[in-house]
Amino acid sequence: MEHIVIIGNGISGVTAARHIRKRSNKRITIISAETDYFFSRTALMYIYMGHMKYEHTKPYEDSFWKKNRIDLKKGFVSEVKRKDKKIIFNDGEEMAFDKLIIAVGSKSNKFGWPGQDLEGVRGLYSFQDLEYLEQFAPNKIVCKKAVIVGGGLIGIELAEMLSTRKIPVTFLVRESSFWNGVLPKGESEMLNRHIKSHHIDLRLSTNLKEIVSDENGKANAVIIEETGEEIPCDFVGLTAGVTPNIDFLKSSGIELGRGVKVNPYLETNFDDIYAIGDCAEQYQPIGNRRAIEAVWYTGRMMGETVAQTICGTKTEYKPGHWFNSAKFFDIEYQTYGWVNSERNKKENEIHFHWKHKDDTKCITVATDKDSGAFLGINTFGIRMKHEIFDRWLTEEKSTDYVMQHLSKANFDPEFYATFENEILSAYTNQFQTISS
Amino acid sequence: MSTVQRDMSLTGQPPKSLNGLQKVATVLGLSGLMIILLAGFNVNFPNKGLWLTLSLLALTAGIILFAKAAYANTQEGIKNDGVWFKSISSRGFWAWIAGLSLTGFYIILYFFPQFLGLRSEGTNTGIIALFDPLSRLLSGNPASQWFVYGTLYTVAIFAFGIKFIWKYRHNRYEKLRTISVMFFQTAFAFLIPEFMARLNSESFNLPYYDLKNIWPLNYYNFEQYRVDSFISSGDVGLALLVFGVISIFVITPILTYKYGKRWYCSWVCGCGGLAETAGDSFRHLSDKSQFAWKVERWVIHSVLVFVIVMTTAVISTYLGYDAEKYWLTKDVFLIGVAVFLAVLFAVIWYFKKDELKQDARYGAVGYLVIVLSFIAIHYASGSKLFFFEAETLRKSYGFLIGAVFSGVIGTGFYPIFGSRVWCRFGCPMAAILGLQQRLFSKFRITTNGGQCISCGNCSTYCEMGIDVRAYAQKGENIVRASCVGCGICSAVCPRGVLKLENGPLEDRIQGNEILLGNDVDLMKYVNNN
Repeated sequence: MEHIVIIGNGISGVTAARHIRKRSNKRITIISAETDYFFSRTALMYIYMGHMKYEHTKPYEDSFWKKNRIDLKKGFVSEVKRKDKKIIFNDGEEMAFDKLIIAVGSKSNKFGWPGQDLEGVRGLYSFQDLEYLEQFAPNKIVCKKAVIVGGGLIGIELAEMLSTRKIPVTFLVRESSFWNGVLPKGESEMLNRHIKSHHIDLRLSTNLKEIVSDENGKANAVIIEETGEEIPCDFVGLTAGVTPNIDFLKSSGIELGRGVKVNPYLETNFDDIYAIGDCAEQYQPIGNRRAIEAVWYTGRMMGETVAQTICGTKTEYKPGHWFNSAKFFDIEYQTYGWVNSERNKKENEIHFHWKHKDDTKCITVATDKDSGAFLGINTFGIRMKHEIFDRWLTEEKSTDYVMQHLSKANFDPEFYATFENEILSAYTNQFQTISS
Repeated sequence: MSTVQRDMSLTGQPPKSLNGLQKVATVLGLSGLMIILLAGFNVNFPNKGLWLTLSLLALTAGIILFAKAAYANTQEGIKNDGVWFKSISSRGFWAWIAGLSLTGFYIILYFFPQFLGLRSEGTNTGIIALFDPLSRLLSGNPASQWFVYGTLYTVAIFAFGIKFIWKYRHNRYEKLRTISVMFFQTAFAFLIPEFMARLNSESFNLPYYDLKNIWPLNYYNFEQYRVDSFISSGDVGLALLVFGVISIFVITPILTYKYGKRWYCSWVCGCGGLAETAGDSFRHLSDKSQFAWKVERWVIHSVLVFVIVMTTAVISTYLGYDAEKYWLTKDVFLIGVAVFLAVLFAVIWYFKKDELKQDARYGAVGYLVIVLSFIAIHYASGSKLFFFEAETLRKSYGFLIGAVFSGVIGTGFYPIFGSRVWCRFGCPMAAILGLQQRLFSKFRITTNGGQCISCGNCSTYCEMGIDVRAYAQKGENIVRASCVGCGICSAVCPRGVLKLENGPLEDRIQGNEILLGNDVDLMKYVNNN
């Protein structure tokens, strides 16, 4: 029986295993050094905040794996020997494979800051990172102040986490406005205000110079590049993005860039080794996507795709229209299609922006200036339907059409106030202003 | 996490600690409780009306003040910080204290009401006597232990309802639903029956009737003494009797068809009302395992069969020995029940067989055979009904289900098993509504394409123990008999994935798995729609 070995028990590896099991009788082994069972990485924050316990973050009961004949192995792979078709664990144990799927995910970025490896300095990605946080920032007595470096999705989650334990947070963001490399100005600025309203000391256009240590090698302050200001703190969160976790592959002969290089079939340079999820890097980025996509949803799609290929139906990774979601403290965010920030916007992309007067809801709709086609939408504080936008994008509807039918896409709970009329009249007014 | 400690301390660190105002509120609420407790130890308060008012006001104000301290200075949004750290909401020391106190209260209420001051001769004393002034004000009669219970129950739903509304103030569905249960409890369960009692005289004698309390939840609604009372009260009584019958056979199926069982379970029902308000802090404690789901299916449907058998036995008995009093004869009644059940079963089997799981089919066939053979054996032997005296059945049901299951376990163990144990495992009304919801209803929870991140908030906060995530991460709609439509899964979802909806029956159960995956031939998909 063909033995499929999957390194990594995150969403990508587990999805691959499930779909291989659906389609075949192959022997499947999933290896992880992180946890015994698959858990939802995106839910780590809720464990720290006390909304859930670790066991609630496991999407399948523990009996699921045995029932579906998926072997789970705890161990850290230190080497892949492709010629011998085996992997080697750090305790010397070996395991033979017929096909290998690399789904090892990411690690937190460190950009060579002095002091970045001190005690009390850590990213937030793995279960171990969360345990580390519990150790160094369990409460506001042990951790009188925390500094977060890097204004992205993980950074703002970490800020929310720490604030639930009343630990004062200073949030260093390199950009002039939160996440404005991704979000248009109006949205980004609304989030700046929302972050501050949660008593986070948000420092924009601010870089980290170095992390200062006490006599025991533990971080006790950071120094700001621009001003030289020293901010005393007991924990430093490094959340300036993630990078593929592939150091163990350096001697394997597998072609590596920043991630594991793969073709559209998610194959590496060896035909029996595949890479999926955060750690895969496309030779050619697909559409407007990045070559490395560290997103839950794309990991899931890649897992499903590679399973098809391994089970005999060679399938190209063709993710549909881009979508994503997040939550910034109390404000939910969804996006469908492409809405680029001012920094990345192409010339033909124009935006319509509407913001509710309560400053917690807004949308931005991107349009092709020349054709009037709908390119994408960002929505904050209003839930919208994935299925509808996916269809509209496929059918290449115009923005006029989308705005007139926006209520069809509403996914807010029953009895919620609706804003489509207000949005439509704002849109119509703006349009008239432009044309007159 | 090994580092999370569960101690009995009320202080600790945020988010599990109580703030200053919350401590004051706790003391205020407990002082209200203390007045009642002192009355229980036969402290004879001089001015009972005043002390009762003080007690109830302190209770209510304590709870509301606690809510204010918890939520007033926060922004709108989900308020579950520290739920699993707090002793009271994570089966810690205070949870057991609360659970044992509540359980103790129910045991005294049902089995030892003399400790509440109930006296078989002369006037009541103790706690019951403390409640006399209010009872006399409403109905003109002295209080009973049930009046004490009803009053405290209403206060709990009212005060904790305000807390709930404060907590979920960003969510209009939750606010409206809670105002609705507060209204139905105060008006229908508490005030109207008391006022109705005022109308009673020698010739006109309505039974205590909470109009929204429908058989079989109100398992005693068709017992002889009640039916006789209805009949003796002329047209009004007869109308109420008829209302009781059409409630279950006409109103219930129509509303459940249109809105799902939530119209009752989380908008109207008192048991649900208490679970949603006072029990909200314990909703996450329900067991989500597949095993628990299996136990749930067997237990709740067994209770349903039990209540049907018991009610049939009781009614047919009095129709039998008091035949001249009623136009309905025992034979017509028994054969009617048998035919009704057989036809109902046949219709479900014919139209919905494919939607029933294997064990549901076994169960349905098995139970039908049991009920029909009881009736057949009765005719063949001509002796005792269903092997038991109807009275024995009635008493055991009242004891096992009415008191122990719904009260002592269902509510007493809120802090240990979660808030909807009774609704999930025991309530025969929920069983009927659940069958209707699963088989013939427009209600479903839809999922939003591929947006689920499998975080588990929905499953964790489902009070009915439904593994919502199992459906959401597959992009499947949730159509479950047990879902009471509380809407909390949708509220706690951080990615906007879940929505409670009423829609067409077609494709109600199939979601669109297609959006989750890779390589979607969307034009084909769109054309298929």
